[in-house]
Amino acid sequence: MIVEIVISFFLVVSGLFGLVGSFGLIKLRDTMQRLHAPTKATTVGVGGVLVASMLYLALVEESFSFHEVMITLFLFLTAPITAHFMAQTHIRMRVDRNELPPTQRDFGWSLFDEPPEMDPAPTKDTAKDTAQGN
Amino acid sequence: MLRRLFPHPLLSILLALIWLALVNTVTVGQVVLGGVLGIVVPLITAAYWPGRPRMRAPLMIVEYIVVVVWDIIVANIQVALIIVFKRQKDLKSEWVTVPLELRSPEAITVLAGTITMTPGTVSAMLSSCGTSILVHCLHTDDPVAVRNDIKTRYERRLKEIFP
Repeated sequence: MIVEIVISFFLVVSGLFGLVGSFGLIKLRDTMQRLHAPTKATTVGVGGVLVASMLYLALVEESFSFHEVMITLFLFLTAPITAHFMAQTHIRMRVDRNELPPTQRDFGWSLFDEPPEMDPAPTKDTAKDTAQGN
Repeated sequence: MLRRLFPHPLLSILLALIWLALVNTVTVGQVVLGGVLGIVVPLITAAYWPGRPRMRAPLMIVEYIVVVVWDIIVANIQVALIIVFKRQKDLKSEWVTVPLELRSPEAITVLAGTITMTPGTVSAMLSSCGTSILVHCLHTDDPVAVRNDIKTRYERRLKEIFP
């Protein structure tokens, strides 16, 4: 009984977060803002289902499954890369470089500026880090 | 010689474990197969990943994972509340520049992934010298606090893990 309540709790929570994440896709107007919604659904939304699945298998069917851990691992590996690519495409096509804040470094953002010449010595702005006292 | 055979020993162990988790059974045959994969895959891909990232402070890795998971849960609730209750015109999205002290590419990758996975922030771009990261923040009144949070919570710990 208690087991079932706990499992349903996780399922309902993840459903709620999935719903809010999808609602965010409709409500938010800006592409960069909408990018925040899917990263949300993949963390607590999917995480809740996976925890519920593990609890169910462990407590009701009395077997242990590693697949949920693997799903979490692959999600955490792939989701940031997708988001990163979408952000890059959006910036390249729709964002003016003057809207972005300065890099606070000697070189600009990678989409707009050439990388520095490769030199074997450590980067010269290491000293500046400590001077800025971040 | 040993280094040649095992270019990334941690990766080898990880691949073998992942294989066992994927087949979801632990038998002698699968352990051997996982071991073979763990040796062969790093050998084939070694050319694309010449350096060997130095890692230390295994306890710090555990602490880092706990902190990140906790932050994900808290930030999820905050962002859900923002999406449901904040009106569109009250949303103040900001670009935040986070200058990095990290230099190891592996550490910067982990940091960028962490920033994206914690809801409310998405890492969008690196500076072309790779020492500064551009973060988009869904809603914040204080961009400096967001930057300092990233630096003290994640970067400080990563600096101990990847010296």
